[in-house]
Amino acid sequence: MSIAAIGVPGRSFVRPSALPGFGITFGFAITYLSLIVLIPLAALVWRASGLGFGGIWRVATDPRVVAALDTSFGTSALAALTNAFFGAIVAWVLTRYRFPGRRLLDATVDLPFALPTAVAGIALATLYAPTGWIGALFARWDIKLAYTPTGIFIALVFIGLPFVVRTVQPVLQDLDREIEEASATLGASRWQTVTRVVLPPLVPAILTGVGLAFARAVGEYGSVIFIAGNMPFRSEIAPLLIVTRLEDFDYAGASAIAVIMLAISFVILLAINLLQAFLQRRLGHA
Amino acid sequence: MLALLGPSGSGKTTLLRLVAGLEAPTAGRLLFDDEDATHLSVGERRVGFVFQSYALFRHQSVAENIAYGLRVRPRRTRPSNAEIKRRVAELLDLVQLNGLDRRRPSELSGGQRQRVALARALAVEPRVLLLDEPFGALDAQVRRDLRRWLRELHDRTGHTTLFVTHDQDEALELADRVAILHRGRLEQIGTPDDILDRPATSFVAGFVGEAVRIPAEVREGVLRIGAQYVPAPAGQRAGNFDLFVRPSDVVVTDGSDEALSAKVVGVRRTGPARRAELSLGEGLPTVEIQLPARHALRKGESLQVRLATVRLFASGTRAGR
Amino acid sequence: MRDRVLTETSVVRWLLIAVAVGFLLLFLVLPVVTVFVQALSRGVSTYLAAFDDDDTRSAIVLTLSVAAIAVPLNLMFGISAAWAIAKFDFPGKTLLVSLIDLPFSISPVVSGLIYVLLFGAQGVLGPLMKSWDVQIIFAVPGIVLATVFVTFPFIARELIPLMQEQGTVEEEAALTLGASGLRTFLTVTLPNVRWALLYGVLLCNARAMGEFGAVSVVSGHIRGLTNTMPLHVEILYNEYNFVAAFAVASLLAGLALVTLVGKSLLEWRHGDELAATRRH
Repeated sequence: MSIAAIGVPGRSFVRPSALPGFGITFGFAITYLSLIVLIPLAALVWRASGLGFGGIWRVATDPRVVAALDTSFGTSALAALTNAFFGAIVAWVLTRYRFPGRRLLDATVDLPFALPTAVAGIALATLYAPTGWIGALFARWDIKLAYTPTGIFIALVFIGLPFVVRTVQPVLQDLDREIEEASATLGASRWQTVTRVVLPPLVPAILTGVGLAFARAVGEYGSVIFIAGNMPFRSEIAPLLIVTRLEDFDYAGASAIAVIMLAISFVILLAINLLQAFLQRRLGHA
Repeated sequence: MLALLGPSGSGKTTLLRLVAGLEAPTAGRLLFDDEDATHLSVGERRVGFVFQSYALFRHQSVAENIAYGLRVRPRRTRPSNAEIKRRVAELLDLVQLNGLDRRRPSELSGGQRQRVALARALAVEPRVLLLDEPFGALDAQVRRDLRRWLRELHDRTGHTTLFVTHDQDEALELADRVAILHRGRLEQIGTPDDILDRPATSFVAGFVGEAVRIPAEVREGVLRIGAQYVPAPAGQRAGNFDLFVRPSDVVVTDGSDEALSAKVVGVRRTGPARRAELSLGEGLPTVEIQLPARHALRKGESLQVRLATVRLFASGTRAGR
Repeated sequence: MRDRVLTETSVVRWLLIAVAVGFLLLFLVLPVVTVFVQALSRGVSTYLAAFDDDDTRSAIVLTLSVAAIAVPLNLMFGISAAWAIAKFDFPGKTLLVSLIDLPFSISPVVSGLIYVLLFGAQGVLGPLMKSWDVQIIFAVPGIVLATVFVTFPFIARELIPLMQEQGTVEEEAALTLGASGLRTFLTVTLPNVRWALLYGVLLCNARAMGEFGAVSVVSGHIRGLTNTMPLHVEILYNEYNFVAAFAVASLLAGLALVTLVGKSLLEWRHGDELAATRRH
């Protein structure tokens, strides 16, 4: 048999391929994405833009809103930083040490992903209430955990931990053990090796984890409201204020707070991403 | 058996995928014998494609992989289960993998995977067998064995076979005809003898046979190489040329009119032979030749050499001698 | 015994393990234990009696139904999106992937809010919905929509990186052997991603059954009608009916534990067949 090829150009959106089904799958995916995500989000933007910049500013400077945003972002940041510290230790212990129950411990890290937030909320509230197992310990010293901003902090630590552990773990696993050995042969102590050779390449991953934990914490609702106490100006988080506004049928106010939250989150995440990109370049760890 | 030979990025694999229908041509037609296959879908072309990475279905056993092309046929043309079983056994026998039918691809060696891929492609009784770098991912010894085995298989089954390679030894040894591709263009197609002895273009002359390109000039029947002059081949027209010198072209002589003097710039002993690097003049690329070990050469020594074949191509263009 | 400069001393090592274990016990394990202890605090019969209630039962049915709609929808989307994105080349792919992940970075409350703004009485499409006599907000369709939104990326994001990594060569091989497109998908693509698919479905289902914030905003908390299990937990808890609240919560916690076990099994047994970026 002979094969002959003899020498009508065309340009299309998708690179031509022998595989079928691009049109239908792409079409369905885009339609579904638009209906479920893009159009509803556009409704939020449209509603908020109806208020104008002045209208949003009025909402943003309302003292109760300022206090709620302050609580939400401040506590979230504090919880994310706490998780950076403990999360890094947990990731280190899980990847570097072998001890009985390690796999079980590894699996429990994902509990906050799997446990419904309302369940976590009532459990944490019960546990840290003055009558609860842990709350009672602190009640003796007259320290209140639940129904205060500390309660919010506890819930946000719970919700954010896996983000840090799960972003640091793979990086730690892929870290070449030879660089540690090289450091040791050059006369560094273990402490020097860990702080100067091991930790720097982990920083970008820790930052990513912190960013994710922070973003999740800012928006968190279910696990917080049961333990927070929800006192305006004191322990009221921004998402709760949105719900309150909605219950008063103040759609405009709710939309404005939502947009402000999204905007602040976006700016902070952008800053974290830039910092992370900068550190990655500085530390040469792409 | 046709080999598509060329450096990487020359369009060999693209051409193979075009034949298979995995890429669509922007222009032109594709003919299988006299039938226009340009608009046939991949499945309708009935080609047997052996992918470079083998593309075995990792979740299917060896037998399931081989039977796949038969099982996916529409009910009308699908062979019975017993027939499929028989065919699979036959193919396993052909590729010498009896007893491995239940293995998963991940449990096979590279050479075994290659043969499963081949059996799978042959199962559909293809009109043409297409092989993309069939030995690319294998180590040297397995490569040599499989090469010989594939040639025998081809002689036995007589499939029209098209294979892509960047290894000229492989192409020249295995194929009946070789097509040389360069930057998406066909440079030459012909038997290995044609390609080696009568390169059609300067690219082919430079690409096959470890040739070295040396700038040269022809004036009034005299060939100038660097600062040396020898008679040009009879009938050679004047101009600037690229002279392609293969190791086998260089013959050591005791001096004559046509002799060039060459300086030994390096000597290496490789097994029974001695390889000498010769310079025909200041600033010219060196030519490496092979000599029997008894030639005791020293670095810096001068030799008289003659070119058995003079291959000249107008600088940088496609032209004959 | 390895050199002291190559690893920590055993004191440091056990100290770090103690910190990690202590932290995880205190923050993660103890809350789950509390759920079951509280649920059973008045004995098994009181625990079981909590489920002998119409509102509780209808909450369970609603939660199961919502997940039964939301998960298959997102499964279809995940497979379609992954096929188009991983097997083809087109401009704007990175943007599309980021858009798919968008619901993960939006507060559950806002996720509910957007549907209220769209379909609520004062919403963009509110008058239209009213004239058609279709109720979405404070009704089951709203709950389904909000659940679909918050669980939107789960399956797609498991499949996309894995299918990208696997490339198209096996599919091409199947096509050259004469298989049809659908056949190729069913016999080659699907078996190659089955564990990742199961993994995504598992996580998607856990979130769909457990979602609280988004559903709370659109539900209207009508007992026996628009109350899902997590919302019912809230109502019972706020009514100081702690045993019943924790009893319903224990079902959800059980679901979470089953999910975790399934997830861990998949990671241990088939970790290499899940996407490298599976952890999130």
